[in-house]
Amino acid sequence: MVIAMTQLPDVAQIWTWLGDVPDPEIPVISVTDLGIVRDVTRDGDGVVVTVTPTYSGCPATAVISMDIQTALRAKGLENITIKTQLAPPWTTDWLTKSGRDKLQTYGIAPPTAAGGPQCCPQCGSKQTEKISQFGSTPCKAAWRCTSCLEPFDYFKCI
Amino acid sequence: MDQDRALFQFLLRMGDSTLILGHRVSEWCGHGPMLEEDIAMANIALDLIGQTQLWLGLAGEVENKGRSADDLAYLRDAFDFQNLLLVERPNQDFAHTLMRQFLFDAWHKGMLTGLTDSADERVAAIAQKSLKEVSYHLERSRDLVVRLGDGTKESHQRMQDALDILWPYTGEMFAGDAVEQALTGLVPDLATLRHDWDHTIGAACALGNLAIPKDDFAHLGGKAGRHSEHLGFLLAEMQFLQRAYPGATW
Repeated sequence: MVIAMTQLPDVAQIWTWLGDVPDPEIPVISVTDLGIVRDVTRDGDGVVVTVTPTYSGCPATAVISMDIQTALRAKGLENITIKTQLAPPWTTDWLTKSGRDKLQTYGIAPPTAAGGPQCCPQCGSKQTEKISQFGSTPCKAAWRCTSCLEPFDYFKCI
Repeated sequence: MDQDRALFQFLLRMGDSTLILGHRVSEWCGHGPMLEEDIAMANIALDLIGQTQLWLGLAGEVENKGRSADDLAYLRDAFDFQNLLLVERPNQDFAHTLMRQFLFDAWHKGMLTGLTDSADERVAAIAQKSLKEVSYHLERSRDLVVRLGDGTKESHQRMQDALDILWPYTGEMFAGDAVEQALTGLVPDLATLRHDWDHTIGAACALGNLAIPKDDFAHLGGKAGRHSEHLGFLLAEMQFLQRAYPGATW
């Protein structure tokens, strides 16, 4: 179905649609869970989505912009602008509560203010140790559980 | 020097330094001494190259001649690069790579912290973004310099050798010229940066039993486009594709 120009969906509807766009590297959370969509506005017959990058060199950033375009196009929107905004810089504080819960269930320990995982996402033990501050993607650190001995990803704070 | 011209030069210095170091560090990809270090270096290289896109992107905007970040990265020759001489030093062994990183990271973090207060909000925005990433870089390089400096006899000797060889390339980071003078209020004061840097380096070297060289002789020239022979070889590899196939895209 193609929406006529006169019937642009309201901003809340667009936010809901964006909530279904998965992060390309951690598909269990959406771009809105991640907190990188900073603003959605209507501009004449178009829509402007403001996105902020997680890490400056993260290769997922370009894919995310494309995925947002594709998803909104599939809903019938045509005039879509993706605006990149650097400041204020993205922080893991913007991860939503539901995003954090989904990460934990998926096996990635969500960030905590203490700078380390609250518990092992596999067995729930609090006996964990850091292997390296750098992990499988820019946003993650490598940790291990000393109870179940499984290594796991920790979504590090920035 | 007028302010736009000076700002363009300053942005090239930032972007060229992150680009050249990012490329150097990426040379370790697949060759790290252990998997975690290999991954860490690839991640750090990625951060630095990401920051390069921001600095050189803004440089192109300020220059206002239609050059993109890619044009500036791939289509200039060595004498147009304004990176610090330190970052073009070859990787040598892991000790050299790590010491170079630590000496750079400590400067980089101080510089970015100062730039978050820049009167130019575009500069401040890039600095705020980069600073978060660079804090992790410094945490790692500092930790490893201390551990390997205070490690085995061999690791200690390699770290000390690296410090002795790289030391004369650090003075350039704090040597101001007409560019910095024209940008008062936009960029941090270099003497203050030096003071904080000395403190960071001194504290880590003390913990790692490393002796800081007494001679403060400094090689200069990188910021003015006078480079060592190493930069040309690096550019030949980095720029090959765009030179051989102009305009090639993914």
